[in-house]
Amino acid sequence: MSEEIVSELMRAHIYRLASTGQRVDGRGLDQPRKVSVDRAFVKTAEGSARVKLGNTDVLVGIKMSVGEPYPDTPNTGVLSTSVELIPMASPTFEAGPPRPDAIELARVVDRGIRESKMVNMERLCITPKEKVWILFIDIHVLDYDGNLFDACSYAAVAALASTVAPAKSQGLGDDFPLPVEHWPVSVTTAKIKELLLVDPSLDEERMADARLTVTTDENGDIRAMQKGLSGSFTYEEVKRIIETAQRVGRDIRPLLQSS
Amino acid sequence: MEDIEHIEKEMKLIGSDGRRLDGRSFDELRPIRIEAGVLRRADGSAYIEWGGNKVLAAVYGPREAHPRHLQDPARALVQCRYNMAPFSVSDRKRPGPDRRSVEISKVISEAFSSVVFKEQFPRTSVDIFIEVLQADAGTRCAGLTAASVALADAGVPMRDLVASCASGKIDGVVCLDLNKDEDNFGDADCPMAIVPRTGDVVLLQMDGHLTYDEFQKAMGLSIDAARRIYEMQRDALRRRYSVTLEDILKESPPTAPVAEERPVTSEEDFGPEGI
Repeated sequence: MSEEIVSELMRAHIYRLASTGQRVDGRGLDQPRKVSVDRAFVKTAEGSARVKLGNTDVLVGIKMSVGEPYPDTPNTGVLSTSVELIPMASPTFEAGPPRPDAIELARVVDRGIRESKMVNMERLCITPKEKVWILFIDIHVLDYDGNLFDACSYAAVAALASTVAPAKSQGLGDDFPLPVEHWPVSVTTAKIKELLLVDPSLDEERMADARLTVTTDENGDIRAMQKGLSGSFTYEEVKRIIETAQRVGRDIRPLLQSS
Repeated sequence: MEDIEHIEKEMKLIGSDGRRLDGRSFDELRPIRIEAGVLRRADGSAYIEWGGNKVLAAVYGPREAHPRHLQDPARALVQCRYNMAPFSVSDRKRPGPDRRSVEISKVISEAFSSVVFKEQFPRTSVDIFIEVLQADAGTRCAGLTAASVALADAGVPMRDLVASCASGKIDGVVCLDLNKDEDNFGDADCPMAIVPRTGDVVLLQMDGHLTYDEFQKAMGLSIDAARRIYEMQRDALRRRYSVTLEDILKESPPTAPVAEERPVTSEEDFGPEGI
């Protein structure tokens, strides 16, 4: 996600601490940073949420419009997720068309929401083959201090949960809240040498060898996964990461649900 | 479409009591709240709520100018990027720069170019990022006002802050600080920005129809408002940076440095009390 360098001193410090089960910001290895959710932040959007995961700050706005369904899914609404890594958020972000890391990020967030069937998209069909609701999830990263995968996902889920479809203005009856049926929570773990750290901070993320994002639903079932970076995991590590994702997911889910 | 034309003809923007739709008088600003130093990664940042506008500004630099061929061996570049979030307006805006944002970015860059001491930082770039999160007319003025605080927060040496406000004409009356409905159905809009200490105008745009008298009246309203906004900008910086004697005494040991890691712009730029 970035070309910035972590000094050898900091690398050694992070690793030395982590090998005794500690982290620079005082967390345990399997402990995420504090999550705060600010709902209905943007009144021009149909739904919105500003989420802080530690110092990482993400704003998601949901816009809805009416359009044509894809020919292969004539009875379901359309979901479109995009991420903008705006240059405000980090000295390493530049303006311009989305780079591969932003595209991966958007697709991973999208996958968690789509595959968990969080929103019942079939109920967003107005006239089969002709008219459906189109959901735009626009993710604006405001301050990048590590682990965008989870921060963006939390903000998107919280924003969707607070979204009210503007049916009245389209002449389609009364406004209605989105049919939310499931609650995906994404939890990302970074691997530094042989150590696994949940919700990596910026420095941890930059020195990580590998990364695994696991999205689980309210039953603890896995709905999406994405491995990143050039390192590898053992199967035992993967299992541990999934178990941690289920546990951390249980803690975080109520924060995204409450309104 | 018929509906809109109908509304346009019928809409009264100023009531019989002389009040506007939102209850303001002709020379009244919308509520403004400015906060300095709101982002962690940026060198300087500020957040402003101005009526229904919510705008974030961030400053990076002076840092190496990219692309390299833009570097000026004699002075710093001041580059601004004004951007609207897709969800900031009622019809989703396609992400990325359009012609309007490019123009606004340019005039804001130019406004700040005239106050930043560019000669002190040859070959570098001062990058200003303005993100409109929620729009309700007057976003460029809100963005410029916030960016100015963000520049000070970043410790970029400047002749002064820049303060900005628009005036316009609705129902034939010159009014300060139009909101969205007034902007859409009004007769003219004239955003401007000044350097309050000298009164220099560093940004001026106008569209619509104003007589010369009306223009002067609009400028009078805007200049007066900009001076009030200037005080709000300075207040935001004071809230972020001011240290009272009590604060210092509370610190132990008493000689410990003030708990600010960021450089503060030189005292003379902000008067004897500093910021």
